[in-house]
Amino acid sequence: MTDIAQLQAEALGAIGAAASLDTVEAERVRLLGKQGQVTALLKTLGGMTPEQRQSEGPRINGLREAVSAAIAARKAALEGAALEARLAAERVDLSLPAPDTPRGSVHPVSQVMDELAEIFADMGFAVATGPEIEDDWHNFTALNIPETHPARAMHDTFYFPDPGSESAAGSKLLRTHTSPVQIRTMQSQQPPIRIIAPGRVYRSDSDATHTPMFHQIEGLVIDRGIHLGHLKWTLETFLKAFFERDDIVLRLRPSYFPFTEPSAEVDVGFTWTNGRRILGGSEGWMELLGSGMVHPRVIRACGLDPDEYSGFAFGVGVDRLAMLKYGMDDLRAFFDGDLRWLRHYGFAALDVPTLSGGVGA
Amino acid sequence: MKFTFSWLKEHLETKAGLDQVVETLTRIGLEVEGIENPAETLAPFRIAKVLTAERHPQADKLQVLSVDAGADYPGGPVQVVCGAPNARAGLVGVFGAPGAYVPGSGITLKVAAIRGVESRGMMCSVRELELGDEHDGIIELAADAPVGAAFAEWAGLDDPMIDVSVTPNRQDCMGVRGIARDLAAAGLGTLKPLGEVYRMASLDPVEGSDPAPAVRTDDPEGCPAFYAQAVSGVANGASPAWMQKKLKAIGQKPISVLVDITNFVSIDLGRPLHVYDRAKLSGPLVARRAEPGEQVLALNGKTYTLDETMTVIADDAAVHDIGGIMGGEHSGVSETTTDVLIECAYFTPEHIARTGQKLGLTSDARQRFERGVDPAFLDQGIAIATWLVTEHCGGTPSAVTRAGQPPLERKVVSYDPALCLRLGGLDVPADEQRAILERLGFEVSAEWAVTVPTWRRDVDGPADLVEEVVRIAGIDKVPSTPLPRADGVARPTATPEQLVERRVRRTAAARGLNEAITWTFISEREAEALGGGAWTLANPISEDMKVMRPSLLAGLLGSAQRNMDRGAKAVRLFELGRRYLSDAERPTVGFVLAGDKTPRDWQAGKAQPFGAFDGKAQALALLEAAGAPVENLQVMGDASAAYHPGQSATLRLGPKAVLAEFGALHPSLVKAFGLEGAVVAGEIFLDAIPARRASGRIRPAYTPPALQPVTRDFAFLVPDALAAADLVRAVRGADKGLIASARLFDVFTGAGVPDGHKSLAVEVMLQPAERTLTDDDLAALSAKVVAAAGKLGATLRG
Repeated sequence: MTDIAQLQAEALGAIGAAASLDTVEAERVRLLGKQGQVTALLKTLGGMTPEQRQSEGPRINGLREAVSAAIAARKAALEGAALEARLAAERVDLSLPAPDTPRGSVHPVSQVMDELAEIFADMGFAVATGPEIEDDWHNFTALNIPETHPARAMHDTFYFPDPGSESAAGSKLLRTHTSPVQIRTMQSQQPPIRIIAPGRVYRSDSDATHTPMFHQIEGLVIDRGIHLGHLKWTLETFLKAFFERDDIVLRLRPSYFPFTEPSAEVDVGFTWTNGRRILGGSEGWMELLGSGMVHPRVIRACGLDPDEYSGFAFGVGVDRLAMLKYGMDDLRAFFDGDLRWLRHYGFAALDVPTLSGGVGA
Repeated sequence: MKFTFSWLKEHLETKAGLDQVVETLTRIGLEVEGIENPAETLAPFRIAKVLTAERHPQADKLQVLSVDAGADYPGGPVQVVCGAPNARAGLVGVFGAPGAYVPGSGITLKVAAIRGVESRGMMCSVRELELGDEHDGIIELAADAPVGAAFAEWAGLDDPMIDVSVTPNRQDCMGVRGIARDLAAAGLGTLKPLGEVYRMASLDPVEGSDPAPAVRTDDPEGCPAFYAQAVSGVANGASPAWMQKKLKAIGQKPISVLVDITNFVSIDLGRPLHVYDRAKLSGPLVARRAEPGEQVLALNGKTYTLDETMTVIADDAAVHDIGGIMGGEHSGVSETTTDVLIECAYFTPEHIARTGQKLGLTSDARQRFERGVDPAFLDQGIAIATWLVTEHCGGTPSAVTRAGQPPLERKVVSYDPALCLRLGGLDVPADEQRAILERLGFEVSAEWAVTVPTWRRDVDGPADLVEEVVRIAGIDKVPSTPLPRADGVARPTATPEQLVERRVRRTAAARGLNEAITWTFISEREAEALGGGAWTLANPISEDMKVMRPSLLAGLLGSAQRNMDRGAKAVRLFELGRRYLSDAERPTVGFVLAGDKTPRDWQAGKAQPFGAFDGKAQALALLEAAGAPVENLQVMGDASAAYHPGQSATLRLGPKAVLAEFGALHPSLVKAFGLEGAVVAGEIFLDAIPARRASGRIRPAYTPPALQPVTRDFAFLVPDALAAADLVRAVRGADKGLIASARLFDVFTGAGVPDGHKSLAVEVMLQPAERTLTDDDLAALSAKVVAAAGKLGATLRG
């Protein structure tokens, strides 16, 4: 039965030569369709004798299987080639720029305040706040700075017009320091007190290292048995943690603030590194903060008994801490909102200071 | 407070060197701000003798000198070209070699040819060495001055000037003697007796036979004591060299011996004095309150108008002194003065402070009287002043007038030496504490009743005594003592407000915004443009920083404008700070988006500006970060006038609580801030956000629905004026049990949509709970949705 063999050879040849999926489909219809040649042969099986069927059946079925397999293989080959061609056509130049996502930043003052909150939280200090538009009593009088005190001249105060009828104690001003928060805290909380009070403060002063608005952080501890040694330890511990150096050396110098007694200015040692003053060591000293034991009169003004309670307070410029840690040299740029500066000195949103991850970034 | 090392040593017997003195001053609270030694500046200058002086071959006014600069000077005699008229052979003067810096002319000498003749150094004038103003010729020293020796040392200029910052509490250290006393107390030597320092046999006033001058005080409150002594027949010339040298060394200009005496005593002893020319006075000199409007021409050449709170010294004719602050021009001494009246008064510090503040006038006298001078030193003050006057100007002293009574009550503090350890943290033995206090002039009884010296009005309690002991014993010796630490790990300390601020700040930064901090005071014009400020400073630093901001936008827009001017293409800024309203300071977040939202791009095409919906997205994101229930917020109108009226909105929780406003800014505001194009902004009012109720950390149980959700789309025709959010809310509310969410996905106007209407398409997600939805269920649901929308005038599109 050479006709079957002939048909198979012819069919496989035609399938193999099909150049497109459509041609393969046409071959499939021609061979395996309802009117197809192979289908017609298969139909002849029904009219055969069992003997004929036994001999012809396998041959005809073999033909069908060979044709089916050839069609499937050709189809797969053509599909593969088509996909390859499509992919080749879909090539893009990935050196082209991707869409930009704007990058935001956190201001160094905010970052440093978060760092300070983290450090002081570990020492048990909560964060307190107070108004920036203060009254004379909280900013001065309660802090043992009466009207005629020469210390008032040290604070170049911004005032609001006196409403007239009110007494001087009620007249409003922009707080010159964060110390009024000490008063507000002592009046509203019972000891033991451990707080830091960060915030904006104002003095009528303007040059490269002074701006009329700046940031301070106040620390206050009130308890039984607190003395100058605790103040010293607290400042040492805080500054070592903040500057992330164990070689931070402090020098306390007796000084004067009306609301502390004894009072001390605190200098921190630095070393010269590539012409820059880097904190750590003690090649030289720079003035960093003011501190002291809370004046008994202030404790009393807040309704506490200075014979029972003592405490310490300190105040330090947050902007200055930022400058010393991160190397800015002009304070005025802090408040200009220059994007170039904000991107250069700012911090990423996820640079969250933590004790385990470090309080610097 | 300036003085020289040798001046200090006139009061302090000490073997300590400069370094030790300086280090000790700072250690005991007298911070040394600067040290200047003229000898160091003048170190390169040596004494030299002119050997020969020949005419310069090329110039009439120049000479060529051969100068002997000392046997050790390399190369023997030096050739110097010199133009000084007094240069001549035999003159001994001051020579500067090449390389020496000449402070008076600011040049560094070098070998140079002057008109063809080489000059290898310079003979100096007084002015060139900053020793005075004379510049008529070169310095001429005594003929026996040692040639080759260092000039400054030989001239006694090797006397470092020390500048100490005296804190406002230390009245006593406004005089050299007080500083010496502190150093002696710190163990650096002994304080010499005052009589010895002034070479006076007695510190009591020497009373002459002339009648005491007529002075009195009619203002015992402002001027409790007014002591005076007259000296007649004085001659007022130049002050003695030692006095001039001291005054010059600290930068004061000698004037005349009478004036210099008052300045010297003021600095040496912290005791201001005033000397009047009696010839210019008429009638008794009286301390009294000024008449309102009374005027005086002060010694600084300015006229001051006084009021009734100010104490003056006046005679029958005029005011001659703003009491304790500055003398009057009219009655000051001059070269022709022969009869003087010396005033030594006590002015009440608070009065001086108030008068000085009112007049805006500072002076050496004010600085001292304001801190308080020693009220027990009036007699000595008169005695010393009169002694110096008669010593240097001759004349005959009168009797002394002592009008009024200085406040001499002594304060006694009951002290427990254990307080030093309890408050100061320093264990100083009681005996040592007693010794320190006594060296400082305190009297300490056996029972520790401590009498405060009259020159320490700042000390009035036990804490002050602790400070005295600690600063002298050494504050550096106080051991660091850890604060007691609570058990366990540190507790969280941040308040809810701080947590909100931190989350909002870092959310904004994560969304691409840059945090700025801007001035909280703005100009009146800016404040007006933003609704007006409630707080205007009485004494602003400038007109641009005058009104406390009613909105954060002013500072942010200013920053945006500066950034755009610097060439920025896009500005995304935010600030977290306060608005200052009449009733409170309100925590607020503000943001400004200006310039290009996206730059021109190979994919996206042209640069895209920001739109109001960018503002909405930021506002909602920040509100969500702040913990606001954003899904319940209503978008309503009535944003402030800062915004475009048609492209801005408020976000509210209920009709009253405005949590935020946002939108495109009003073009006129944009222009007012010097910006261009669309600028989008917003403010989140943090204190309007309701606090979240504290709940435990456990979350509700996780119950995902068992059945697949089904979505259905509805398109409605609605009137143009209908807010899309109202339709969406109505649709979602149509069947609360079944509708899980409704989302608007298309807005269409145009073909097929009648005028005055728009088509809104909403995707509704249905979440079956118990069984799969049947066609009947869906039909019923559709009917509900259409009915609910119909109440708003919406009809389903066919």
